[in-house]
Amino acid sequence: MKYIFQFCRILLVCLLGELLAHVLPLSVPASVYGLVLLLAALRLGIFKLEQVKEAGSFLTGILPLLFIPAAAGVMDLWTELEAMLLPCLIAVVPVTLLVMGVTGRVTQKTRRMLGKGAERDG
Amino acid sequence: MAEFLSSSAVWGVTLTIGAFALGTLINRKTGKAWCNPLLLGSLFVILLLSLLDVPYPEYKASASPLSYLLLPATVSLAIPLYEKWELLKSNLIAILVGILSGVLTSLGSVTMLALLLQLDAAQAVTLLPKSVTTAIGMDIADTLGGIPSLAGAVIILTGITGNLTAQWLCRVLNITDPLARGIGIGTASHAIGTAKALELGEVEGAMSSLAVALAGVITAFLAPVFANLLP
Repeated sequence: MKYIFQFCRILLVCLLGELLAHVLPLSVPASVYGLVLLLAALRLGIFKLEQVKEAGSFLTGILPLLFIPAAAGVMDLWTELEAMLLPCLIAVVPVTLLVMGVTGRVTQKTRRMLGKGAERDG
Repeated sequence: MAEFLSSSAVWGVTLTIGAFALGTLINRKTGKAWCNPLLLGSLFVILLLSLLDVPYPEYKASASPLSYLLLPATVSLAIPLYEKWELLKSNLIAILVGILSGVLTSLGSVTMLALLLQLDAAQAVTLLPKSVTTAIGMDIADTLGGIPSLAGAVIILTGITGNLTAQWLCRVLNITDPLARGIGIGTASHAIGTAKALELGEVEGAMSSLAVALAGVITAFLAPVFANLLP
């Protein structure tokens, strides 16, 4: 029973997230509002970690499995896929390297400017 | 066959878990990042549906109990973020500046790419969330009017690219700080990249998974702004 109550608390946060997505004029998905709300609830002590932990860890653990039904939807998208092949390829390879490089360099630079992270320099 | 399947209540979920299990098995046996369980599992499902001549919408309906769990599972990503809160606080400025620079680079370069190649709005917003975790990324593409399943495929391939190139890229660009490596890998290539970060070290792994959730949330709020720049 404990796990079903944990699940129910998470569903309650989802419901609030859906409500926010419905009410607020931003194009932000309900899942993101829910994530922020759950983080806030934990930080503010409205929920204790033990009150959501097992159900939540189970759910995040099976996340990759949950994407399969949606990802298999590309089978109906061959025509779109053909037109998107080049843009997808550019977005996947060079842009990913660029994002990783910029993020890593900027984080490293910022840490050094703040006087941290010099211990493994070079 | 299709007739029997439409009378069965459980085949969609069973097939999905079976395909995923097979993908996981192959992934463990080979240890190769491109043998990603999600990628292989999706391919197996597509292959089987094509062979049995079952239309995708029927499979999707039968597998809907799994899709139902996506929202609570995505919301639960707050839990690992909460557990790493102290780690975040200790380097708050560098982490936030780093992730923000990565998110802006990603959204900016996809927007430029879309303008250069004259993609239509639906195609462009499909690519916008390509660096964030599949859960949030598919939702962003959906909310902005893109094609969620194509976004999912691009996101998975992005993760695999990041996983395969992370070590080399950090060396070439002289990113030696383990914290900076983790943030870079997580921001660019989400959970699939994080698997590589965990191999590089404990700090790299923790920072990468922290960056996955944060980059996802930041992208969700900034992506609509970039979507408005598109024609």
